[in-house]
Amino acid sequence: MSDQETTTKLLPKDEAAAKGLVNVHIDGNWIQVPKGTRMIEACKIAEKEVPHYCYHPKLTSPGNCRMCLVQMGMPPRPAPGADPVFGDDGFQEIGWMPRPVIACANTVAENMGIRTTGDLVEKTREGVMEFLLINHPLDCPICDQAGECSLQEFSVEHGRGQSRFVEDKVKKPKNVDIGPRVNLDDERCIMCSRCIRFMDEVAEDAVLGFSERGTHTTVTCHPDRKLDSNYGMNTIDLCPVGALTSKDFRFQMRVWFLKETKSIDVNCGTGCNTLIWTRGSQIYRVTPRRNDEVNSEWMPDSHRLAFHEVQGDNRLTDPMIKVDDKHEITDWHTANTAVADALKQFEPSEIAIIASARQTNEELFLTHTLASTLGAENIATVERIGEADGKLISADRNPNTNGAKLILGETTKKLDSIKAGLNDGSVKALIVLSEDIFEAAGFSHDDLANAELVVSSHIIANATAKVSDIVLPGASFAEKRGSMVNVLGRLQRLNQALQPAGNAREDWEIIRDLILALTGEPNDLYMIEEVVKVIAENIPAFEGMTFSKIGEQGIKLIETGVEIPLLTKERERASAGIIVG
Amino acid sequence: MSQEILENNVASEPTPGEKHFPVFAVTDDIIALADDRISHYPESKLSAVLPLIHIVQHKHGFVSKEAITWIAEKLEIEPMKVVSVVTFYPGFRQSAPGKFHYRVCRTLSCAMAGSYELMDQICEITGIDRSKLSHHHPIVVSPCGVYSVEFAECLASCGTGPVCLVNDDFHENIKPENAQDLINQYKA
Repeated sequence: MSDQETTTKLLPKDEAAAKGLVNVHIDGNWIQVPKGTRMIEACKIAEKEVPHYCYHPKLTSPGNCRMCLVQMGMPPRPAPGADPVFGDDGFQEIGWMPRPVIACANTVAENMGIRTTGDLVEKTREGVMEFLLINHPLDCPICDQAGECSLQEFSVEHGRGQSRFVEDKVKKPKNVDIGPRVNLDDERCIMCSRCIRFMDEVAEDAVLGFSERGTHTTVTCHPDRKLDSNYGMNTIDLCPVGALTSKDFRFQMRVWFLKETKSIDVNCGTGCNTLIWTRGSQIYRVTPRRNDEVNSEWMPDSHRLAFHEVQGDNRLTDPMIKVDDKHEITDWHTANTAVADALKQFEPSEIAIIASARQTNEELFLTHTLASTLGAENIATVERIGEADGKLISADRNPNTNGAKLILGETTKKLDSIKAGLNDGSVKALIVLSEDIFEAAGFSHDDLANAELVVSSHIIANATAKVSDIVLPGASFAEKRGSMVNVLGRLQRLNQALQPAGNAREDWEIIRDLILALTGEPNDLYMIEEVVKVIAENIPAFEGMTFSKIGEQGIKLIETGVEIPLLTKERERASAGIIVG
Repeated sequence: MSQEILENNVASEPTPGEKHFPVFAVTDDIIALADDRISHYPESKLSAVLPLIHIVQHKHGFVSKEAITWIAEKLEIEPMKVVSVVTFYPGFRQSAPGKFHYRVCRTLSCAMAGSYELMDQICEITGIDRSKLSHHHPIVVSPCGVYSVEFAECLASCGTGPVCLVNDDFHENIKPENAQDLINQYKA
């Protein structure tokens, strides 16, 4: 008898429960989603779009915009003593509720039905849109958000062609200076409170809040406590409308003219994933890109605005050779030959290379090859230690310290011996790559007094370039491809958003051509992919690595035991069910 | 201009009523009152924000910028969070009322029983000009600073309208023609 029972077919609910899942009926299809999933996330899994403003998976869900209303249904509760009735497909019949529910703050249940379309849902969306637009100004033509505005998008999909509102609109403050980097237009605000929650929960600097009540509700801050957090600009990305705009990007460019390039931030060891927005030869803005293993969806303002440094008037655009204490512009061939000829005058022990943990793995590997071509053993990198901010900024301000360690070995200590060598005359030729030896390395002009040859490559006409006999102009982070290993040991990819300035070249090409000029032998490194291939063959940690394997989100290369404090907090909140994560 | 918008969140308009209230100051007295209220909320001090605003308004007539800063420091929260609460409730004021603050009910029963006429009478007698009213300044104070008026929503005595709350005293069945009596009861 017990045998008979076990052979009866399991119901879908039991099958799902065994896996910790529940069955949900979304727009006609049954799918299985993990227990405790928010309805809006279940719809996302089912590839059904639920429009929303206030909901954000990384923040708490107050459910105040009402845009994500959907129709929900559950099996009717059986009468006392009666058993639930299962159909042929093993599911109970769904009794649809006559009123919509918000999908963002409700979780799914076994045998639940969700309708993201239909008369009820469409009518509620139209109603919510009409209310949101009542006080919204029609300034899309001058609004920075136009083109990436949820209100604009949902207005097209769910709004009316014309307004029925004949009463007076509520006037609110415009052009409010709420912080050094952020501007606020309260009339555009739809009171989703994402910015307030971000500042409360993630930036932990709760300076934003609502004032007043009802139709007069206004996002604002206390006059003595403005939005000056180093994470404040994330509120601009979060804002679904044009209420919060970047002072840096404001009125500079329509977003639809910009090209997005997926890249990473190079201002610290974290390597926040970014989008570089460019048009022509100019970067207009840099925004964070979601990577739950690195930076969640945020990035610090200081790193976001750092791109201005590579767009200054002081960029090096042509190779230069110093003649009679003056730098003269030359072509690459002449410069490379000059470097090779000059270096051949020295013994290998007299040549030192100062490489950089700001270089990509590819550049570092070629630097290593250059060193072995020259026979030079004096190769150092410069440490940059700042203060960690307990969120995303790492104390290590070099983006590729781990890559440098993997490829060049421990090199930070050798800096002092190079300095000593320069002073006692045992080092006579110095090759400086992507570094300013006076700034971070702490060299003085006296240290270089005995140096007979200084060759440097950098993007900016810095003090090192001034003392160099030959200057080779390199490419900024946005102008080249390459990979870096962040503090977590994650291998991530830089992509090229722009062409290098003027006649400047990608740094790996510069080093490759130097090697070529020194050896005179072709080396088959025509594309950066070929360098990656050679790295994969030669450095054990990179075994089998290709650019496409790194992908947009990067891959874990080595274990470093480092944690990013902001992510640790986010994961705690996600596992406590406070946020979706 | 822009900084002014933010300053307005906490600004107090000068009114003739100010002379009737002591200027806000952090005294041992108010600290003791606040600490006592905070001790009622062992889970989170945040919950004491409403009682603290009440204490300040009761003593000083309105909630000034300095008071907001003090409450925020006391509760270890951002001052903006206090501003949110102060501006949310119409019961909290950011500028001084008169010595006697008249809250006339304007919800349906009282409105039908003549509370608008009562308001007009009170204003005429006390010399209050309600045309200066705005959403952000719902209270008007008489030139002498003794009286101020404000419409209130339902005061929970619909059977005896029009009703009026003068400071903390409740008055029922006040016909507009009896407004003078209501004023006479409160003389400076």
